[in-house]
Amino acid sequence: MPARTVLQQADITRALTRISHEILESNRGPDDLVILGIPTRGVLLATRIGAMLADISGTPVPTGSLDVTMYRDDLGRNPTRVPSPTQVPGGGIDGKTVVLVDDVLYSGRTIRAALDALGDIGRPGIVRLATLIDRGHRELPIRPDFVGKNLPSAQHERINVHLNEIDGDEFVTIEEAVA
Amino acid sequence: MRHLLSTRDLTRDEAVAIMDVAEDMADVADREVRKLPALRNKTVVNLFFEDSTRTRISFEAAAKRLSADVINFSAKGSSVSKGESLKDTAQTLAAIGADAVVIRHGSSGAPRVLAGSGWIDAAVINAGDGTHEHPTQALLDAFTIRRRLHGSAARGRDLDGVRVVIVGDILHSRVARSNVWLLTTLGATVELVAPATLLPIGIENWPVTVSYDLDTTLAGGPDVVMMLRIQSERMHAAFFPTAREYSREWGLTDERFSGLRADSMVMHPGPMNRGLEISARAADSAQSTVLDQVANGVSIRMAVLYLALSGEQDNTATGTAPAHAHAESARTAAAQSEPSAHTEGR
Amino acid sequence: MTILVTGATLADGSSTDILVRDGVIAELGRITQRADRVIDASGLIALPGLVDLHTHLREPGSEQSETVLSGSRAAAIGGFTAVFAMANTSPVADTAGVVEQVMSLGDAAGYVTVRPIGAVTVGLEGKQLSEIGAMAHSRAKVRVFSDDGQCVSDALLMRRALEYVSTFGGVIAQHAQEPRLTEGAQMNEGTLSGELGLAGWPAVAEEAIIARDVLLAQHVGARLHICHLSTAGAVDVVRWAKARGIDVTAEVTPHHLLLTEQLVSGYDSRFKVNPPLRRDEDVQAVRAGLADGTIDIVATDHAPHPVEAKEGEWEAAANGMVGLESALSVVHAAVVDSGQLDWNDVARVFSRTPAAIGRLAGYEHGIAVGSPASFTLYDPAASRVFDTTMLRGKGINSPYLSTTLPGRVIATVHRGVATVLDGELIAAETVAAETVAAAAAGAHRG
Repeated sequence: MPARTVLQQADITRALTRISHEILESNRGPDDLVILGIPTRGVLLATRIGAMLADISGTPVPTGSLDVTMYRDDLGRNPTRVPSPTQVPGGGIDGKTVVLVDDVLYSGRTIRAALDALGDIGRPGIVRLATLIDRGHRELPIRPDFVGKNLPSAQHERINVHLNEIDGDEFVTIEEAVA
Repeated sequence: MRHLLSTRDLTRDEAVAIMDVAEDMADVADREVRKLPALRNKTVVNLFFEDSTRTRISFEAAAKRLSADVINFSAKGSSVSKGESLKDTAQTLAAIGADAVVIRHGSSGAPRVLAGSGWIDAAVINAGDGTHEHPTQALLDAFTIRRRLHGSAARGRDLDGVRVVIVGDILHSRVARSNVWLLTTLGATVELVAPATLLPIGIENWPVTVSYDLDTTLAGGPDVVMMLRIQSERMHAAFFPTAREYSREWGLTDERFSGLRADSMVMHPGPMNRGLEISARAADSAQSTVLDQVANGVSIRMAVLYLALSGEQDNTATGTAPAHAHAESARTAAAQSEPSAHTEGR
Repeated sequence: MTILVTGATLADGSSTDILVRDGVIAELGRITQRADRVIDASGLIALPGLVDLHTHLREPGSEQSETVLSGSRAAAIGGFTAVFAMANTSPVADTAGVVEQVMSLGDAAGYVTVRPIGAVTVGLEGKQLSEIGAMAHSRAKVRVFSDDGQCVSDALLMRRALEYVSTFGGVIAQHAQEPRLTEGAQMNEGTLSGELGLAGWPAVAEEAIIARDVLLAQHVGARLHICHLSTAGAVDVVRWAKARGIDVTAEVTPHHLLLTEQLVSGYDSRFKVNPPLRRDEDVQAVRAGLADGTIDIVATDHAPHPVEAKEGEWEAAANGMVGLESALSVVHAAVVDSGQLDWNDVARVFSRTPAAIGRLAGYEHGIAVGSPASFTLYDPAASRVFDTTMLRGKGINSPYLSTTLPGRVIATVHRGVATVLDGELIAAETVAAETVAAAAAGAHRG
């Protein structure tokens, strides 16, 4: 079965814009917000959201990246993963409202690892979760606060997120995984 | 990476990857919580057939920062003169359930024998074997050079064009060997300086240049001057006549140090004989990287332990290439093996 | 007891039957006579029984490594009918008592003729000459003296030994290794030893002793034999000495004809040996030296060790390789397949000349009517992946395990007694009993 496109570039931009508005709404403005993306594509999305938040609110919003590799519970079950840098903005995260950003929310295990990683670098006041795609099949009690698109899927299907910065094109597709 | 036995087996990309992971590990040292959970439930054994407190505590700190359980096994002084003891020790560690064995041994090749023996199915990390290799020392040296040269922009870079001079007892130095292979693999040029008695036969086939004259070599303006520790017992075996003569000819004296470029690095694997191979002024100068080397040693060893102990145990003898160098293949592998790893194409 | 071998090919390429009667070769050519045992040797080469001038049988003292019996069996399956047992046993073979004991054990086993080698110095310590005369005059009639494992490094002692041994028609077999140049040495010194961080064993440590000793031999007019020559420079020195008319002979081992130092790269201690494996240039030089007669013989330096002596790190491992079982195949691979030696040359370097150096009678004429019936039948067309099941001694420290070697010994006859048939050893009791019977018959006939 060929890959089916579920989001075009314009859809992605629209989804991120809406998420940005929702973040500002729920936080009652840009104060104390820190946007942390989960590598690789979550970092790109966090950067875009940070820029949108600054645009909308007129105030710069600190963004950064949070690597979760060392906190995963499946390190021994997959090929070795090389960690990515964690970059926390200068103001730190203590007492802040941290919005974690990832591209696809699936089992929830990555977010579990992210919460542990976050705990080792500081003590946020509030942690929220934003995701471009929520494809379901949660294995942990984790729920996103901001969702670009709910995409019901079967476990054997793959979801591919392409972003211009690293893929050279931009869309989200769903397809049968190669057996 | 299944084992780390020598730097000779490392490709440029593998070495750069190890150093890049070490950068991430170094970041952890600056945090409030200086521990990572990555090696929880893993057991690392420091198996030391020779005393080396420095290397042992460096590996111990590295393993503990990754949350591994650490067992220190000092085999020195026990009846470890016959090969069977290495076997017995290995089988004992296998029974204990060691996931990694960090081995320091007086005999060249002992880590390779252990890795290939079938006595134990653990990652073997060479922490110095005889006069053969000391790969983590070379990695930390390269890492130190890279950080000094490139600072926070070091990730992904090699040592292309860096000019390194290594001075001293090359013949007996595992540090020199590991550095020669690694630094040249990373694109550096290496010049060795020593009396002919302390250079191995066949050195003309190494990827280095050789000089007997330290002053001439230093006049060439090297980026890095690495001084090796000189063992006083070498004097009694006619390698050189006296410490005084050695120091005069091949020591980094105050005078030679003063002639160096202000940004030339002075390195030493430690412990130093101040006044013999290196003057106190040189050792304690801002150009000296000696303390950086110690701190970086922990980061490098964290990276090596992490790469050896995380991931599925493959059977690649010495390869270190992270299996997910290509995002696409990793994503496919992850999608097939475990749903939760789906989009983390790293 | 008669044995008829049919359709064998001799080393010179001619075809013949061989009739063995009462321990001697009774008839050659086309033979129609019946015999107690008939061996079909079509396609097989008949070589005179191989003679190893350099074997470590380990008994007395290290019976866990090898015994005279187990080493004799290893020899027989390799096509040997005589071995010279090195003196570095415990106690050292430096008295008439020890050498007579070793010979008696060999006679009782019956697989091969065991000729003990006497130590040059007491306890191999290089200080005081051992009772060379007593050993020479003993029932063992020792003619070869060696401190093998140790070099007779003291120049004055070596001079005296050469002179004294010549008094009894003997020869010193020198293990050429300058001790100070090889302190702690682990492998051939060169680029590879530098890379592997193993203490180097310079070629000059071997060559300097050989050079000194050929000059000493010339000066005192004595015979000198050089054990396990391994370097290109040593070949040059011996070639020079022979050109000057010096009475020197030299041996090379099968492993120095085939293997190079590159094998040490993995620190597998099966490749640890004294003298060490050398460079490819050295291997080419010793092959050429053997082909042009500079090197007179091949000798195995069969050196069995218990498993634990070869396990673990390189520096802790013992030197030595077992070699009796594989020797002929290795020579075949190294210098026959290359065209440097033909089977006549093999008979010379592996039977006639080593017997002559060791003053062992009966091998002067090879397979000839009237000569003792000691020969081996070899299948040159065979090929096998060598493994431990092909070893018959106690040691499994063979460097050839898992490698493919040509040829195979199908049968061996020692003084009229079959020790190997159909490629397998005859049972020890059978060989011992037939040896006793043959000796009795010989005595009766005489």
